[in-house]
Amino acid sequence: MSAGGGPRPRVLVLDYGSGNLRSAQRALARVGADVTVSDDLDAARDADGLVVPGVGAYAACMAGIDGLGAAPVVRARLAAGRPVLGICVGMQVLYERGDEHGVRTAGIGALPGEVRRLAAPILPHMGWNTVRPPAGSVLFAGLPADTRFYFVHSYAAKADPDAGDTIGEHGEPFAAAVERGALAATQFHPEKSGDAGAHLLTNWLATLA
Amino acid sequence: MTVAVRVIPCLDVDGGRVVKGVNFTDLRDAGDPVEMARLYDAEGADELTFLDITASSGDRETTYDIVRRTAEQVFIPLTVGGGVRSTDDVNRLLRAGADKVGINTAAVARPELVRECAHRFGNQCIVISIDARRCPDPTGPRFEVTTHGGRRGTGIDAVAWAAQVVELGSGEILLNSMDADGTRDGYDLEMISAVRAEVDVPVIASGGAGELGHFPPAVGAGADAVLAASVFHFGQLRIGEVKSALRAEGVPVR
Repeated sequence: MSAGGGPRPRVLVLDYGSGNLRSAQRALARVGADVTVSDDLDAARDADGLVVPGVGAYAACMAGIDGLGAAPVVRARLAAGRPVLGICVGMQVLYERGDEHGVRTAGIGALPGEVRRLAAPILPHMGWNTVRPPAGSVLFAGLPADTRFYFVHSYAAKADPDAGDTIGEHGEPFAAAVERGALAATQFHPEKSGDAGAHLLTNWLATLA
Repeated sequence: MTVAVRVIPCLDVDGGRVVKGVNFTDLRDAGDPVEMARLYDAEGADELTFLDITASSGDRETTYDIVRRTAEQVFIPLTVGGGVRSTDDVNRLLRAGADKVGINTAAVARPELVRECAHRFGNQCIVISIDARRCPDPTGPRFEVTTHGGRRGTGIDAVAWAAQVVELGSGEILLNSMDADGTRDGYDLEMISAVRAEVDVPVIASGGAGELGHFPPAVGAGADAVLAASVFHFGQLRIGEVKSALRAEGVPVR
């Protein structure tokens, strides 16, 4: 799969000390992006697309992002209509705050609402699950309704169906993906979701100017 | 929307080579873990597990290289276990491209290691592997934790141990029945049920898979994922067949 015949879109995967970035880098390169993994904020401002990854604890991820001073860059990009893709905890930190074991941590605040522990008998929600995207979704265009994506998380934000959020369910409904202007985010890991994930990343790359 | 039961092939890797295994006609080198990983991915495996049985710690570099090469070519989750002793070992495997790391003997020797790893890397990437057997001592627990590949009993109650490691931060339990392992007589269903009843994290059933009919009962006993090694290596069962067998019993699969 490739993003088309034009110049390869320049994507920066933000390196703020969170886990395994190699997979995101390789998965994006596989579908035709020119990918850099970097903590350089100027490069993060200039890239055609910015990916905010994230695994582990909300507070630890925000500490990494704040340590780098990256939150204003993310907000500035979105204000200017420049694409940002959050993945897993990288999606969660786009909300106003996270609540883990009663500890509240301020997020980047690009999305309204709070990330909370799912009410489910078995956590983490780990494995391949289906999602319900809205009609006209760009990220999920061309993917069959029963497509499964790989999730690993215990926390999530509430879906806002009026805003066109994609709904997932594990114990309760949650926001599996959001698409709001330049902001895209997935609670699942497209970089670990095989061909379905590659298809979604191709769709995202096609939105980059 | 129900999360699918995962079917996980496990590769035993020694010094960078797959241990045992059949020469699949569509592979150039069935001894290459990366090639095998690609084959299993193409066949629909939901995750991959590498169990590093390399005896010499000097050969560990080879393992990191295998993990790196696999992560570059396979876009499904990869768990690596075997010989993991410290948070630094976990860090190196994650940085090489592993998504989850399995810890076994080192956790039994020092349970705090589980908490340290979960705190540093998140519980979602810490899998505690439990090699358990039915306890030969009638005064002991029903299921007992073993170490050293099942050769040494510890007297530790496997069900209580599972609950303890979850409390310490393990995000998943890989439950391997040492009695069933290698027998191909089926999973130890009572052991799965006993652990399932005590923990609220995913449980991977391991040990004993020999035929298609063995998989649905493991799920019925409470497994969230089913792992097998030899039946896949020897080409006796294919991933797709296992999924069809599960689907026929109403189990959601990818």
